[in-house]
Amino acid sequence: MADPGAQELTEPERRVIIRDSLGVGVATGLYGVSFGAVSVAAGLSVLQTCALSLVMFTGASQFAFVGVAAAGGPPLSGALTALMLGTRNTLYGLKLAPLLGFRGWRRTATAQLVIDESTAMSVLRASRPAARVGFLTTGISVFVLWNAFTLVGAVAGNLIGDPRDYGLDAAVGGAFLALLWPRLADGRNRVLAVCAAAVALGVVPVTAAGVPVLVAGGVALLAGILTVAAEDSTELPRR
Amino acid sequence: MTWLAILGAGVGCYLLKLAGVSLPARVLEHRLIERVADLIPVALLSALVAVQVFADGTDLSVDARAAGLAAAVLALVLRAPFLVVVFVAAATAALLRLAFPGW
Repeated sequence: MADPGAQELTEPERRVIIRDSLGVGVATGLYGVSFGAVSVAAGLSVLQTCALSLVMFTGASQFAFVGVAAAGGPPLSGALTALMLGTRNTLYGLKLAPLLGFRGWRRTATAQLVIDESTAMSVLRASRPAARVGFLTTGISVFVLWNAFTLVGAVAGNLIGDPRDYGLDAAVGGAFLALLWPRLADGRNRVLAVCAAAVALGVVPVTAAGVPVLVAGGVALLAGILTVAAEDSTELPRR
Repeated sequence: MTWLAILGAGVGCYLLKLAGVSLPARVLEHRLIERVADLIPVALLSALVAVQVFADGTDLSVDARAAGLAAAVLALVLRAPFLVVVFVAAATAALLRLAFPGW
């Protein structure tokens, strides 16, 4: 395979990729309802809620931002947490760029669609046309539905009264756990998850809201430095 | 201030995506960068779960949210889809508060 872009994509293959991608798009887009409702419950306006979905457009960062706001934390802490969570999209982009091969304005426009779901539906494709169909179908359908259902959730959330009566505060914990769950299949990640949660809860009594999560980001940095250094020291010396 | 944070973090998150599709792929060959990029979401999401469920301002507390989290774990073990997990967590906490007001 000299050039992945030279490969043709048959019509049945294309249809299967589009069907699977739309399924992921609909399922993901629907939970924009929960984001919209949680965000207005945290005290953001409908307009601010919709701006987050349009401009930030990466679910975990958005939930983190409004989670800090709900706890009464300073907006800067929420913004920093959102940005730290957003760094994984940089990693996705690095893996996707050679596969998708977008250039110029197409790259600038499609960058916004680099999220968990569009990456999952394109990164393992065998050819460039297949990867592009998976990426664009998933990315665009999630973008349209996520924003539409954010508005629905935000408007509905304003009408329902005390969000605690509906367990919306517990819903956010469930949402974060569901996002984390697939990564817990890895043993090293499980150890890190327990340490990060313990450290975050440990500093809750002595810091402002939002800061404990940032401290957990520091735990990840430390774990990365320590594990990479440990691997280097156990490698056989090169001669 | 809230608007500034929303737009700043929003544009920042877009630029992080744009950086990924624009930087040369060999950046990934730095093992530390790849490792930390893998670990950060795990640590942050885990801390977010813990704080969201057990923190009440600067106090720690075990209340209906913890029961909601336990229900979410059960749903995840049973391989429920995302929306079901979120709904189960909310419904569990809501029903408990209905039965035990103020919990």
